[in-house]
Order: sequence, then structure tokens, then C-alpha cells
Amino acid sequence: MRYPFAMECGVFRTTYREDLALHHTPIAKARLWLLIAVLYLLPSLLGSYVTSILNQVAIFSIAAIGLNILTGFAGQISIGHGAFMGVGAFASGYLMTKHGVPFWVAAPAGGLIAALVGAIFGLPSARLKGLYLAIASLAAQVVLDFVFIRWESVTGGVNSMSVPRPTILGHALDSEETFYYLALTLALLHGAFAVNLFRTRVGRALVAIRDRDLAAEVMGVDLFRYKVLAFALSAFYAGVAGALWGPYVLIINPEHFTILLSIELLAMIIIGGLGSVMGSVYGAAFMVVLPIAVSRLATFASQYVPGVGDRLMLLREFVFGTAIILFLVLEPEGLARLWRNVKDYFRLWPFSY
Amino acid sequence: MELLLQLVVQGIVVGSLYALVALGFVLIYKSSDVINLAQGEFLLLGAYIGLVFAGSLQVPFLLAVLLSLAAAFGTGLLVERLVLRPFIGEPAISVIMATLGLSMIIRSLIHMIWGTAPRSYPPVFSQEPIQLAAGPYRVLVSEAHLWTLAAAVILLVALTAFFRYSITGIAMRASADDQQAALSMGISVKRVLAVTWGVAAMVSGLGGVMLGNMNGITPILSSYGLKVLPVAILGGLDSIPGAIAGGFVIGILENLAGGYLDPLVPGGGVKEVAPFAFLLLVLLIRPYGLFGKEIIERV
Repeated sequence: MRYPFAMECGVFRTTYREDLALHHTPIAKARLWLLIAVLYLLPSLLGSYVTSILNQVAIFSIAAIGLNILTGFAGQISIGHGAFMGVGAFASGYLMTKHGVPFWVAAPAGGLIAALVGAIFGLPSARLKGLYLAIASLAAQVVLDFVFIRWESVTGGVNSMSVPRPTILGHALDSEETFYYLALTLALLHGAFAVNLFRTRVGRALVAIRDRDLAAEVMGVDLFRYKVLAFALSAFYAGVAGALWGPYVLIINPEHFTILLSIELLAMIIIGGLGSVMGSVYGAAFMVVLPIAVSRLATFASQYVPGVGDRLMLLREFVFGTAIILFLVLEPEGLARLWRNVKDYFRLWPFSY
Repeated sequence: MELLLQLVVQGIVVGSLYALVALGFVLIYKSSDVINLAQGEFLLLGAYIGLVFAGSLQVPFLLAVLLSLAAAFGTGLLVERLVLRPFIGEPAISVIMATLGLSMIIRSLIHMIWGTAPRSYPPVFSQEPIQLAAGPYRVLVSEAHLWTLAAAVILLVALTAFFRYSITGIAMRASADDQQAALSMGISVKRVLAVTWGVAAMVSGLGGVMLGNMNGITPILSSYGLKVLPVAILGGLDSIPGAIAGGFVIGILENLAGGYLDPLVPGGGVKEVAPFAFLLLVLLIRPYGLFGKEIIERV
């Protein structure tokens, strides 16, 4: 039995098994479970307004983790993830409203359909790299946008599609709090899967592709297969997020899934931290909370400076843009790194190393 | 036949504008391996600056165009210094995201200064359409379109000459080719990059002034930035002739798709998607565009 107050110090791992472990001390493990318990208790502590924010954070976290798997871990840029989210939303919505499939089947189905579409648009990655691939994914975004608007028999087009909240044992999850348990559970599952993915052969192959694709291929990683797999997996996450977003806002409209959403998702992982699962969550939280904070600030300021409130949307865009650039210049590893720095500071206090 | 000709001529006019804006992409990509996603905002900015000179200050139109080109050049220099300089040597995704952030900032600043209501230039060109050829090959073109085409062609020729013969142009080509080698030959790559951004802002600024003249100014003009990406990719991101050829190809393709396919799809919109669908096909067959340099990797 280890001394419970012992600090973590040095790396004394002697087996690969220990090195790959998610928690290196029992305290870290306990802390994680405590955090999860607190997350489940939050709605009863904070009321439904904060819970609605948490819901959005949970949903966007799933999409951001997905994009981070593709961009942060596998190194393939996608400017089309908003559209993949849309595919998941429309596919699951179509199954639920037109065929009466329950949410619990429709949501994974939506994810799988999004994964299929993502894999198809990932096919160019066999021959394209870097910027050319990014533009191919932009083309995917534009083409899918067009499909959402024009394929009215399935998507409802500009008239949008209304979807019901999911039900469990006959009870609809129609309050913010009940929906939160669903969103949180799904976010935790997807987060856990992503964290564990990078302890496996597949995950390591993806990281190898990011670091040096030629070297990876020499080591026996089938580039094409893994790149398409990364696209599919990442689109699956986006699709599930979309399938959750639809029932949450009760209406699915093509306008939700434009290039702007894709850009916001990219901004989330940049601000949160590329190649970090927790970073995706921080980034999602940042992007959800920022507009609310800006609008609060503008309402407050408009008491003193008339007319500020009207320019709210512009202010929001301005702050977004500035935040992205500042993060890129000052802390390219994002909020995840900032958080780690803070933790290290307190752990090592009063010394700096 | 008449429809076909009309569409092709329109395509050529629009295509010349596309070529201009695509040139902005190519210039920046060639010299620093970056795609500038704020190109559309440069275009919008150029349009509004032109409006300030031609509309509010009542400067004669030609002078107004020249002045706004100068102003756009200055903006390009400023943006490069403030935003892009810290990103020299950073990975591509950081730089792309930085230009995305830049586009948000410029767009919101433009909206704060000029609002979002559509504006229009004081009429310079006559509204009377000009008829080219007669009989079955009749084509109508507006004067603004013709001048746009002329201005674009003049600028394209001037830039091509600039790159071929002027010492700055040669320095730009050199640092595009190999930054290290250029540095060791005494070329200031930093200054070259600044000029590149200036010129890129200038060409899209001209595109903005011309578009504003044809269709009036609305914030939607900034979407040209993304619309023109297929042009730059189609020609090959690092090829100036490619950008010009790509501009005309996409311009004509888009107008043909708009004329013949749009009526078949309820609600239309094929015109906007066609270039992107075409782009996906081209990329599958020729991954580096029509004229782009193939990167051969050796281990």
C-alpha cells in the first residue's frame, strides 16, 4: 500500500503496460471518477440555464473530438466537418420522422451514414495532401450544403425538419436536465473511446501518419486505409453530434451546417489544443461560452454607450477572429497546454521546475 | 446558339475577375506556401475603399481606381506585418486558421464602418448594352463588363511582365522557389513576403472595385474568396498561367451550368456548386491541378 500523500515524481515505469496506463496514480483515478460524478450532479446544482449551456458544450465536444482525431492526431485538415454533422442530423432525423425509428437506433445510424459520407470524401486523401486536401474537404462542404437544401424529400430543404426529443421507457427527455444526462453520457463515451484509441495500434498508426507519412508507410502503415479510416471515424463523431443536436434544438435546418460551423469546429480544436482530447472539450466550452459572454458584456456596456448592443454580432465575430489569432501566436497548443501549465505551477510550487 | 454565346461571353467576363482574385491566392501560395482565406475580405475592402474615393470624395473614376489600388496595397503590407509575420515557419494549418481569423476581423470591421446595407457606385458606365456581332451570333454585353474584362486583362499582362522582367518580380520568384537560397543571395524574404501580400490585396481590391461596379456592393461579395478557390486549385496553386486559365474555365463552366442545369433543378443553385463538384473530379485525376508543380518526395 502506497503512502496516500506521496507526490508524483519522476518516471519510474518499467513496463509498456505501465507506460500506457491512463492513470499513473490511484489518486488520479479517484479524481477522474469524482469529476465524472460532479459532472452528473451539475444540473441539480446550477439550474436549467447553465445546463442548457452545458448541453451545447457536450454536443460540440463530441464533434470537436471527432475533428481532433482527424486533424490533431492524424494530421489531415478538414474544412467540411460542419457538413458531416449535418449528414448525421438529417440522416437520423429522416429515420426518426419518416420511418418512426427510435432515437436510440437512429442516432448511431446517423453516425454510421456520416462515417460513410466522410469516408467517400476522404477518398481524395489517397492522392492529395495538405492544402489541396483541405480544399477538397471545402468542396465536400459546398456540395453537401447544396444537397441539404435541394433534396427536399429527405431533408425538408429550407423548410427544415422538426424532430422530437428522444424518449426513454416512455418518458421524453424534454427538459434541459434530462437531456443533459444523455448528452453527457454520450460525450463521456466518445471521449473515453478517443483517449483509448491512441493507446492502440490504430491510434499509433494515425499519429505516425501525422508526424511523417513516408516514414509511417515504410514502417508498414497502409496510408490510404488509415487516412480513410480517420475520415470515417471522425465523421462518425460529427454525425453523432449532429444526431444529438437535432433533437436538442427540435428543428434541423440546412443553415445550421454551413461553412461557418466547420470554421467554428476548427477554431474549437485550435483554441482547445490540437491533438488533445480534453483540449477539444475546453475548445468547445470556449466557443459556446464566448458569444454568451460577449453578449452579456455588450448588454452591460449599452447602458453607458448607446448602440453597442446593435453591433453585437459584429463584436462577436471580431472577438472570435482575434481569439483565434492570439491563441495561434501566443499559445499554439491551446487551452489544454495553458491548463497543464497552471497545474504544473501549483504542483511544483514554490519551485519553477 | 444565342444563349450559348451569351453564357460563354458572360463566363469570360466573370472568369477574368476570377483570374484576378485567384492570382492573389497563387501569389501568396507561391511565396509562402499559405492559402489566404481572407482573400474575399480583401476584395470587399477594395470595393468599399473604391466607393469612398469614387462616391464620397467625388474623385474621377479612373483616379479613384488607382487610389484604391494603392490603399489596398497598403492594407496588404499592414496585414502581413501585423498578423502573418509571426507565422513564418509555422505549420500550414496554423497559418490557414490565422487567415480565417483575419477574415473574421476584417469582415466585422468592414461591417462596423460601412454597415451591411447594399451600396452602389455612382454610375460611370452607360447602362445601354453593347451588341457584339449581329444575326444568329448576337451577344449583348454591358459597358461595365467590357471595361472589367479590359482592366483584368491589363492587370494580368502587367503582372506577368512584372514577374518576368522587374528585379522585384525576379526576387519574388526566387524566394518562392527556395527561401533559403534566396536569403543567401541577399534577397530579403521578409520584404518579398510583404510585397506579395500587398500585390495580392491589390489584385483582389481591383476585383472588388469592378464587381462593385457591375453588381453593387453587398457583404456577400466576400464569398468570392471561397468561390475563387476552385479556380486557383484547378490551375494549380503555384502557377500564374494556371490561375488565369482556371479563371476562364471556371467562369465559363459556372455560367453554362447556371444556364443549362439550373432550370432542371427546382430552386436552382447548381451554378454555385458546379465549380466545386468539377474541382473534386479534377483533383482525383490531377492532384496538383492543371499546371501545378508536382511535388516529388524522396526519402
